[in-house]
This record gives sequence, structure tokens and C-alpha cells, in this order.
Amino acid sequence: MQSDTADNVRAALGRRGRWGWGEVAFWLVAAATLVFLPERHLILNEIAIIGLFALSLDLILGYAGIVSLGHAAFFGLGAYAAGILAKNGIGDPLLGLGVAALAAAILGFVTSFLVLRGSDLTKLMVTLGVALVLGELANQMSWLTGGADGLQGITMGPILGLFEFDIFGTVAYAYSLVVTFVLFVIARRIVVSPYGLSLRSIRDNPLRARAVGIPVNRRLVAVYTLAAAYAGVAGALLAQTTQFVSLDVLAFHRSADVMLVLVIGGVGYLYGGLIGAVFFKVLQDVLSAWTPQYWQFWIGLILVLLVLAGRERLTDRVRALRPRSRRGLATDKARPLPTTTAREV
Amino acid sequence: MLTILFDGIAYGMLLFVLACGLAVTLGLMNFVNLAHGAFAMAGGYVTAVLMNRYGVPFLLTLPLAFLVPALAGLVLERTLYKQLYTRSHLDQVLFSIGLVFMAVAAVDYAMGSQQQMIRIPTWLQGRVEILGIQVGLYRSFIIAVCGVLVVALQFILTKTRFGSRLRAAVDDPRVARGLGINVSVIFAATFAVGSGLAGLGGALGAEILGLDPTFPLKFMIYFLIVVTVGGTTSITGPFLASLLLGIADVAGKYYVPSLGAFVIYTLMIVVLVLRPQGLFARAR
Amino acid sequence: MAAALETRGLVKRFGGLVATDNVTFRLEQGARHALIGPNGAGKTTFINLLTGVLAPTSGQILLEGQDITRLRPELRVQRGLARTFQINQLFPAMTPLETLGLAVSERMGGGHDWWRVIGSKREIVDEIVEIAERFRLTDVLDERTANLAYGKQRLLEIAVAFACRPRVLLLDEPAAGVPEAERHELLATVAALPRDVSVLLIEHDMDLVFSFADRISVLVNGGLFTEGSVEEVSTDPRVRAVYLGESVDE
Repeated sequence: MQSDTADNVRAALGRRGRWGWGEVAFWLVAAATLVFLPERHLILNEIAIIGLFALSLDLILGYAGIVSLGHAAFFGLGAYAAGILAKNGIGDPLLGLGVAALAAAILGFVTSFLVLRGSDLTKLMVTLGVALVLGELANQMSWLTGGADGLQGITMGPILGLFEFDIFGTVAYAYSLVVTFVLFVIARRIVVSPYGLSLRSIRDNPLRARAVGIPVNRRLVAVYTLAAAYAGVAGALLAQTTQFVSLDVLAFHRSADVMLVLVIGGVGYLYGGLIGAVFFKVLQDVLSAWTPQYWQFWIGLILVLLVLAGRERLTDRVRALRPRSRRGLATDKARPLPTTTAREV
Repeated sequence: MLTILFDGIAYGMLLFVLACGLAVTLGLMNFVNLAHGAFAMAGGYVTAVLMNRYGVPFLLTLPLAFLVPALAGLVLERTLYKQLYTRSHLDQVLFSIGLVFMAVAAVDYAMGSQQQMIRIPTWLQGRVEILGIQVGLYRSFIIAVCGVLVVALQFILTKTRFGSRLRAAVDDPRVARGLGINVSVIFAATFAVGSGLAGLGGALGAEILGLDPTFPLKFMIYFLIVVTVGGTTSITGPFLASLLLGIADVAGKYYVPSLGAFVIYTLMIVVLVLRPQGLFARAR
Repeated sequence: MAAALETRGLVKRFGGLVATDNVTFRLEQGARHALIGPNGAGKTTFINLLTGVLAPTSGQILLEGQDITRLRPELRVQRGLARTFQINQLFPAMTPLETLGLAVSERMGGGHDWWRVIGSKREIVDEIVEIAERFRLTDVLDERTANLAYGKQRLLEIAVAFACRPRVLLLDEPAAGVPEAERHELLATVAALPRDVSVLLIEHDMDLVFSFADRISVLVNGGLFTEGSVEEVSTDPRVRAVYLGESVDE
């Protein structure tokens, strides 16, 4: 009897860690687009990057409950770090990613202490402020960043010394997709670990989390730093694959967009950012083809409707379909959503 | 030097009129409304359209610059905002950003993306010298108007029945309801007045701040600074913060233009980290 | 032998209000000690001082003879001081299983472990099973906490604190609000807590106090009014006057 319970406990605890069929299918489809959608690789590359960026926001918003309106700070810093490195002759892409991740992580670590205190509003303002300060810095230090003209003349070396970037964006997309996948796997592992569980507990009830002996602030600093590094990598991918960085990477609308992406896909289950990125980019593509100047109106309208309709209720429904239990049928139904849209592009 | 101070005060007064509605919705009603600037923009455009298309004199457009956004605020509050008072801050942020995006694109569509010119009447143009200080007439006008508004607001909030009801409604809506105060009417009225004042500020400030469709985004951060730095326990806090911000911004742009807004953002972060409740909030 | 938990001249002032007035108090090893007092006597403030939610104005707090007065709350828990809350403080979106797994793995120092899946350590699993059985949660382990019956939530509230394997356990009105039908189960588990855990019980319910405690302290206006065995306190006419009299009125 005792061992029976123990087995059940072990199985139930391990369940979150196991990969569901739906998840496997999701990534297989993503990999298949490498072969089947060659003419869409440029936009798919952007989707992978935005997905990674939104994933990093999910780590702090969905798993740690920190509302940030300045996540572009880390994205932009990563982009500039990778761009400046490449411009100065160090064109190895992976090295660039590492440097970008490190730079963003350092900024994340330092600024994390600023967002530990205060209300949602103070956090919002401080994160926003950090991004604005960085944007202003990039604007003023035009000798380094190219200022308003953007950082031009980036030349990238081949990945691992083997794969040269091509003009169709196929190598670029493969590169971004692999990086995103690897970072996703790590993030997925983290959120089902005891550490990840402690993050969820902090988000749910910080008072009780402290009362079970969890050093709340230290955990938040760690996840904020990690998320910053992820965002830095996403920024670096953009700089490397488009070989251009402009002040736009630090702009407010980028922080707002990534939040929108995450919210469309759903907060707090990691796939939200990726699915949201597919939707957002496709939507943007369709809308801006239809009304090039005014597509933001429709994005705004979607946001408003999403909130009014009860964002949480919608995403809870999607999350319920997540492969957390052995309900294979339900998860199969959940996946084709991004798949088909990706094909229809 | 004193001219800069004077310009800074005018700018700060203007910021206060623009932001005081937000100070109430955000500070007192605890609603994060990033779309506040959209109401200010509406006021600015009302004045611009009336003057440029219909030749209405500047001063006559001001009441409408107040009324139109106030009405818009009232309608939106009744239909949409009131559903979100109890929601999470994240929902409020998303909702109001959505509104901003819509407002920006809609104005762009209707009016074009160019700067709107508002020609102020000739008797308000130019400068005079008072006690050796160069003083802009229009800025004096702004200081006078905004000064009257500030005094009136302070009076309404602290001395009238409406003010005490508002404070009661904010302190504890349930108790207030129990006392027979119609909380939702008070909230709606406050929201409308706040939007109206923003609109008036937008109209008055169009000449100084500029007016184009991105106005709500450009000045969102300034409004938020006023409210968060000023603290939310009274309107004196935001008022002082507005003056400080106005003077710092004007002086900063004059003396160290290369640093731009850098100093202001950094100061804001420092203040918020050291005093999360705001610079002028009384310690409890 | 050092007391399990001890305070010396503990004072907490909020502005002019003295919420805790020079409290010197000993919780002996293995004690079943109840702290009672009328509403507003400062029981909650006292608990918050002990657990580190509030910092005292002056005075000392010692856990097993060691000064913890300035220690952060989570470090006190790690040293063996756990509490329950008068109003449930649980993780509504998590299952009892995850909640207990969290507490156990935190205690074993695995909380910063970000690479292992939660259920992979044998000793953690075994301990979860043991706690679940002790607190009669085995059959609801895999349900969302928010969906549990109130009595079960109350049990979980104690189980989480117990999972921190405390030397000293502070129970803040454990039976508050539990419907009569589920009450017996709760009281039985509280009574069956192992003797090596010293328990301080804050309670209004006199039946529970008399059946559970071997010593009683009475807190009035922030200060210790009297202390003694159950018999001494229950027959003390002054206690009747300040406390029992009032509790009848409530």
C-alpha cells in the first residue's frame, strides 16, 4: 500500500517533466518548415526570434509574476552587443550569442534589485525607465551604436565555421530555430525542477513561500537574470541574422509588442510565447499588407477585446489541453493550431 | 536663467493639468491607465480642428477641448473601464495600451501623421520684460489658467461634499456604499473630469509640446513620472513633481542638451527605488 | 537545557501604540503550550515578531538558545521555526502534492536545484507519502488545492508547516472556520503531532485549548498577563474576568 502511494507520487510529480505527443509534434512541424516552406524563411526567422523573446518574458511574468514594460532593454542590449562585436571583426555567431547573453544577464542581475521592491506600478515604471535610459544611451553614443542611423556594416562569419548565412534566410532560420529550441528545452527543464516549482509558489503566494523557507528575493533575482540573458540572445539572433541593428530594438513598442505576443499565446506555460509569436507575426503580415500604416489599430483592438473577453479564461482553456496528463486525445487537438497557421502563411 | 525657471514652471503647470486626472485614476482608484494621453490628444485635436477648419477663436475652443474628452472619458468609463477596476494590473496595462494603439492609428488615419499647427492669438504672442526677466505672454497665460485650475481642484477635493465623498469611495468602496454614496457615479464623474482636464491640457500645450498622433505614447512616461514620483496620497505631491519635472526638463534641454531625457529617467528610477511610495508621500 | 523558543523583553511599538509590551516568554522543549487572549491583545503581532514578518522595537528572540532576532523569515524556517496561518495561505493553483514536494525539497536544500525533475529523489517521495498519510491527504494529493474541501485545506495548511520539519511549530487558530463534520479529523491530527516538535498554539476555542495544551499563557494589551498550567489558568478568577468573560460575550 505504502509503496503504491509512493509510485503514484513519483509518477504524478514526474508527469510535468515528460514530453507530450503534442509537444513533440509541435517541434517536428517547426523543423519541417525548414524543408517545406523555403520561401517563408525570412518571416519564420523573425517568428523564432520573437518567440524566444516572448519565452523569456514568460519566465518573469508567467513564472515569477513580475510585470515588465521594459523587457526590450535586454533584447536591445543583446542586439547591440552582438552587432558591435561583429562589426569589429569578431564575426563568430556563437561567440556573439555568448557575449550578448552575458551582457544582458549582467544588466538583468543589476536591475533585478530595482524590481524586487514596490508595487506593480513601481516595477512597471522602473523596468520602463531602464529601457528608456538604455535607448537614450544608444542614441547618444552614436560613435559606438551608429545612433539614429543604426548599426551598419555587420558581417557575420559562418556558424561553427561551417554554415554561411544565405540570402534566402534558410541558414538564418535554422540557426534561430535551433537556438530557440535549445533554450526552450533548458527553460522547460527549469520550470519543472524544484527551483521552477518554488518560482510558481512565489508567484501564487509570496507570503507562504517565505513561510516554507524559500529565499524569495534570491530566487527572483536568479530568474530575472536568466530571463534577461534569454532576451539578450533573442536580440543577438536578430542582429546577426538581419545584419543590422537600429534604435528600434530598444523602443517602447517592442516591450509592448512582446507582452502582446505572450498574452495572445497565454502566460505561464512556455508555449504561449511561441504560439503567440506565430499568431502575431502572421497577423501583422496580413494586416500590414491590407492597411500598411494603420495595422496597429487592429492590434490594439485585439488587445482590448482579449482583455474584455477574459484573457485568463481563454488561456486557461488552452493550458488545460497541455500535455500534463495522459489525455493524449486532447493534446492532439491543441497542436494543429499553430501548425495550420504556419502552413497557410 | 530666471527665464528658464519661468518656462519650466509653465511647462510643469501644464504637465500637472495633463496628468492630474491620471493621479486620481491611478493614485486613488488604483487603475493603471496608460491611455490617459489619448484624452489629452483628443483635446488638442479638438482645438486644432476647430481653429484651422472652422476658424473658431482659440479661447472659445478651450471649453470644447475640455468637454469632448470628458464626454469620451465618461462613455468609455461607463462601457469599458468600469469592468476592469477589479482586474489585475497586467490586464489594465494591456487594455489601456490597446486603447493607445487604437487612438494613435485612428488619429493618424483621420488627420494624417503631420504636426498640427495651432496659431495662438496675437495678443498672447511675444514676450515682455518684467523686473528684468524675459517672460513669454503665452506661458504667463498658461500659468494663470493652470494656477486657477490647481486651486480649484484642491478646493473641490478638500472642501466640498464631492471631494469628501470621492475620498470615502476610494478609501473603502464597500463602506462608502454602505453610507449611501453612489460610488460608481463618483468614479465616472471623476474619470470624466480627469479626461476633460487632460484634454484641456492637450489643447493648451499643443503649442509647447507639439501635437501629432504619437502624442499619447510620447508623453505617457511623463504623466506616469508625475504620478509615481509625486506619490498618490494627495494632489500636492503630483503638483510638486510636475513643477520639478518641468523645470528639470527645460533646464536640462537648455544646459546639457546632449544628455537629453537621460537625466530625467535616471532620476525617476533612483526616486522610485529609494521611495517606492513616491517622493512626496508622507511616511506612514 | 535551552528553551525551544524564548523571548526576552520583547517590545513592538507602532508609533505611540504598544502592540507587544515587554514580553518574556519560554516555550519548553516538547511543550504543548497555548497562547490565549481577547481580540486585540496582540497575539498576531507576537507571532509576526517570532516569525520575522515584523522587526521588534527592542528585545530578543532565541530559538534553541540561539539569537534569531535579526534573522530573515526564511532563515528562521530553515533553522526549524515554522508556522501556520489563521487565514489559509496556500498555493491555490498547485496540488497538495506539489505543495508538500516544494516544502520538503526546500528543506533538503534542493530549492535552487534547477536541473532535476521534482519527483526523482527517493527520500523526498517517501517523506511526502509519510506526511500525506499523517495529515490524511493521501486521497486528494493530486487535486488542485483551490478545489479541496475547507477542512482538507486546513489540514494542508498544517501539513506544509510540518513538512518544513520544524523544531517549533506555531499554530495560529488551526480549527478556525472548520465545519463541525470535519473538525474531529483536524483535532485528531493536531493531537497526534510527534512529541519532539514543540508546539505553540494560538487559539480562541477553549475546548481545543483545554484538550490540547499542558500550559497556557494569557496575553492582555500586548503584555503577558499570567501563565500557568491548564488548571491554574482556567480557575484563575482574574483570567475569567479579562478573558473568559469576554469570550462568552463574543
